[in-house]
Amino acid sequence: MKEINITTPLTDDVVANLKAGDRVYISGTIYTGRDAAHKRLVEAIKQGEQLPFDIENSILYYVGPCPPKPGKVIGSAGPTTSYRMDDYTPYLLEKGLKGMIGKGQRNNKVIESMKKNKAVYFAAIGGAGALISDCIKESTVIAYEDLGTEAIRKLTVEKLPAIVVIDSKGNNLYNIEVSKYEI
Amino acid sequence: MRRIDAKIITSKVKEMCMKANYELSNDVLDKIKQSIDKEESPIGKDILEKLILNANIAKKERVPICQDTGMAVFFVDIGQDVFVEGGNLTEAINEGVRQGYTEGYLRKSVVKDPFLRENTKDNTPAIIHYNIVEGDKIKIRFAPKGFGSENMGGLKMLKPSDGIEGVKQFVIDVVRKAGPNPCPPVVVGVGIGGTMEKACLLAKKALLRNVGKFNEKKHIKQLELELLQEINKLGIGPQGLGGRTTALGVNVEVFPTHIAGLPVAVNLNCHVARHIEVQI
Repeated sequence: MKEINITTPLTDDVVANLKAGDRVYISGTIYTGRDAAHKRLVEAIKQGEQLPFDIENSILYYVGPCPPKPGKVIGSAGPTTSYRMDDYTPYLLEKGLKGMIGKGQRNNKVIESMKKNKAVYFAAIGGAGALISDCIKESTVIAYEDLGTEAIRKLTVEKLPAIVVIDSKGNNLYNIEVSKYEI
Repeated sequence: MRRIDAKIITSKVKEMCMKANYELSNDVLDKIKQSIDKEESPIGKDILEKLILNANIAKKERVPICQDTGMAVFFVDIGQDVFVEGGNLTEAINEGVRQGYTEGYLRKSVVKDPFLRENTKDNTPAIIHYNIVEGDKIKIRFAPKGFGSENMGGLKMLKPSDGIEGVKQFVIDVVRKAGPNPCPPVVVGVGIGGTMEKACLLAKKALLRNVGKFNEKKHIKQLELELLQEINKLGIGPQGLGGRTTALGVNVEVFPTHIAGLPVAVNLNCHVARHIEVQI
């Protein structure tokens, strides 16, 4: 398995080189967003409003973290299940979103839009919230504060471990790997 | 008649909320450890090792194993010779949840209304199932339930002629369709019999039983073993990225049912299969 260090913002070249099955360590700025935040982002796009952060070439991490203990940056922060964002994702990809971190399958509309817009989908280990939170060095709520854990946060991450599960060509590691072990 | 102060219940529930979320119980940890050697997929093996590492960090630092600290689900057995004084039992449990989730820095994931979706900010109300039993004790079983796995459950009202094969087919279909979403390796709770809602309740209750502890009924134990074997042939593997370890265990609970029916419910739990109990 190839191991690749990547730094945000993503570029088309970097994305094109990432293949399903590559292990990546992500560093730099990423943004969080899950169900309720996605709904608001897409409403904003539909109304022609500006988004609360620069989405172009960015990575969205589907996470609703636990509150930080005193002295900590963030609480447990593992990925949430991605399919719930599927209805919203193509709108964000059209606006320049280049990467997503979550867990679980995406639907065909998302995969087609990823191919068209040259984007990549990473999986982090679901449930490994304590492990992943150690890679998060800074966290600031930048939008939709009223949503609590679902607010949009700007995170600074260092070597956040993930796996490329669907690449920009549409290769899907879930399908490839499961078929190897199905009896 | 034994008297129990509601404040004691609140305090116990508060501790349970934190402990269950910080410490993965040994039955689940042991099963994950055992499956590492048997796992053929290199990605799967690596993931299982990371799950152990994650659980160790959570326990040591007293932070939640998973960020989804769940909706608080309780099964409470109340001895009929117990009198709860100084407050309402349901409120005492909810107060324990309120304090535990706030003071323990656990995520509050509950919204007031399924459509309006405003967060209650203290993870209440809890889901509480009461059962009256003999004696003068109260047994509280707690299982915080994350919704990555909860969303993947299913119910089917089978015909009696569908029999055990029909049940197996349905359970396997639910796990197959869930794929990577419920954070495998999963624990599969199955409820068979009763009515529609009873089957669902049994499936959830089955998740409270330790992984590896089989149903006492011989033919049900056989079903559990066969289901586990079949599910682990699906290839889904840890995190759905392929492998032999799709389920850590299958727990089946049964109840008498009607001549015309065979209800079957499946409630999936992720690898963070939290469950804890206390007796007061």
